[in-house]
Amino acid sequence: MPDHSVLADLRERVQRLEGKDMRARQVLQFGVPEIDGRLPGGGLALGALHEVAGGGNGAVDGAAAALFAAGIAARTKGKILWCVTRQDLFAPAIAQAGLAPGRVIFVEAGDEKTLLACFEDGLRYGGLGAVVAEVAKLSMTVSRRLQLAAEGSGTLALAVRRWRRQTEAADFGQPTASVTRWRVSVLPSRPLPVPGVGRARWLLELIRSRAGECADFEVEACDGKGRLALPAAVADRSAAPQVARKRATR
Amino acid sequence: MPATKAQALVPGLALLDADPAGDADALDRLAVWALRFSPLVAADQPDGIVVDTTGADHLHGGEEAMLRAIVDRFAAANLEVRVAVADTWGAAHAAARHAGAAMVLVEPGRTEHALARLPLAALRLPGRMRHDLHVLGFSTVGDLAAQPRAPLVQRFGPQLVRRLDQAFGAVSEPIEPVRSADLVEVRRVFGEPIAAPETLRRYVGKLAAELVAELERRAMGARRLDLLFSRVDNRWEAIRIGTAKPERDLRRLTRLLSDRIETIDPGFGVEVMTLAATHAQPLGASQVVSSLVEEPEADVSDLVDLLANRIGERRVYRFAPVASDVPERSVSRVEPMSLDDGASWDDHWPRPSRLLARPERVETMALLPDHPPVWFTWRGQRRRVRRADGPERVFGEWWKREAEATTVRDYFRVEDDAGERFWIFRAGDGEHPETGSHKWYLHGVFG
Repeated sequence: MPDHSVLADLRERVQRLEGKDMRARQVLQFGVPEIDGRLPGGGLALGALHEVAGGGNGAVDGAAAALFAAGIAARTKGKILWCVTRQDLFAPAIAQAGLAPGRVIFVEAGDEKTLLACFEDGLRYGGLGAVVAEVAKLSMTVSRRLQLAAEGSGTLALAVRRWRRQTEAADFGQPTASVTRWRVSVLPSRPLPVPGVGRARWLLELIRSRAGECADFEVEACDGKGRLALPAAVADRSAAPQVARKRATR
Repeated sequence: MPATKAQALVPGLALLDADPAGDADALDRLAVWALRFSPLVAADQPDGIVVDTTGADHLHGGEEAMLRAIVDRFAAANLEVRVAVADTWGAAHAAARHAGAAMVLVEPGRTEHALARLPLAALRLPGRMRHDLHVLGFSTVGDLAAQPRAPLVQRFGPQLVRRLDQAFGAVSEPIEPVRSADLVEVRRVFGEPIAAPETLRRYVGKLAAELVAELERRAMGARRLDLLFSRVDNRWEAIRIGTAKPERDLRRLTRLLSDRIETIDPGFGVEVMTLAATHAQPLGASQVVSSLVEEPEADVSDLVDLLANRIGERRVYRFAPVASDVPERSVSRVEPMSLDDGASWDDHWPRPSRLLARPERVETMALLPDHPPVWFTWRGQRRRVRRADGPERVFGEWWKREAEATTVRDYFRVEDDAGERFWIFRAGDGEHPETGSHKWYLHGVFG
């Protein structure tokens, strides 16, 4: 099979260009085979920059995106540095996503420039489990710096993209050096047999993944340990037509 | 007034002999205490303290926050204090004593405007000269500043104009900083003034090494370091760094100090460099846990110090739970390196990941007393409530404020058609008017 050897050769050359052996890099698994299977390496790469944004109103409040990031950070080891420009996180919710208050050190930077400097310092430091930063603007140059800092120390970098106005969210289309890019939008919660609000559900879109393919998943929000889950209906493999119909009507 | 007359007027009046020397000593001690606000502090005899806050105010959250902190500290000790921040010692001296407010903040460059209406007494002039000026018809600083200089110098000597210039910043007025006796301090005097950043950095390293050796001898660790540069033009430049726990590591301390060197303006050169640990705590040798047992969690105090010194101590923190059902009060900020007791919040009810700084009014339609709303309008958008959970009743904390004795909030978690989830509450229990206004508010957004 000549084609395969050509492809393998090309892959090897690309890897050499990238400088680091992607296969040797450690990953953080979601614990959901459907998601892990779509990511190169079988999970979220540690020592890399990942972007998360909210969909719809979530682009402004970033409520679901913050919880998604908290859930990922909760499953790493060590302290978490969480950089914000202005604090409006409600800490009990972060604790409910599995991130104990004793593990998170918050940095209230005041402005975007300081925030990015703190973000990079946290990544370069190396002793942290993950660094989360709520940023609005992320240029190619800045994201490249962050990506290199993360690569150097092996720390997981999570950029929660959040904008002042809905219209500015178009910025999310701009290219950056991040390894994956996610969008989290809220969906109606799991129906309960009694009146009430069930476990929250999200539409998780993997918009960009380096050396991987895009995908979207319907998931149930983080539990007390920061783990996502597939809704029961999908786990039983009967919801696929339902999802397809929903997308057709949109 | 004779003492006997005063005693006749106020029964039980306590009389003490004046003790100027004792007062001066007490003021010096107070100045040492005030070192917590800035490295450059001196007693401004007989009744004040002067603090050069340049480059130190950001550690307290800005000038206004710093002033408030000073006022609060004194108020806690039942003392009344007057503080002012201005461009110069003279202006701050005048504003604190004569502006008539407990807290004065003179904006940079507004000194002349702020001083213009103050009486002549604000200029620190001898009583005789003040009287003569008054006779000549001058009553405010502004009157005097508008006059031609030469006749004033001829009539009153150079002191009057010098005081004016000092107040307006035309002439510098250096502060001779106080030092307490048991301070760990090292200094280096240069034969030739130095100014190049690399040279400054090299000597910072040497001073830090000396200081660390001295700290080691005393088994102490520094919590706060002040690095003072005395310039050839008789001005001071200062760097202050703080650490989250007692620190004696040469590499860390040097890095923290070097990080701030670029904020120093050496002018024509630096003659003397002084490095002092103005706040030190005992730090003995401790055993390192063997890695055989389990991987120890990495120590992040180094990073915390770096960030805290760059953006301010108060802006690096952790959240800790407080036993309160009122959401705004259930969270407190603690120091990032404070002991983690593993406490967390009750996990009974889901909490929103974003809490609005202030609950926002929403228009709703809801059945009383305990039904969730059918729809609500927030920020101009009307949403139909599809599902809801609640009410979660939160009672006012009567032990905190009298007005909260009867108040009630009923929290609901609601979900609209699109699946967006919000935390809304009604002020009041839906039945009794004394429990609240029965208006609805949105307090948070769930993820």
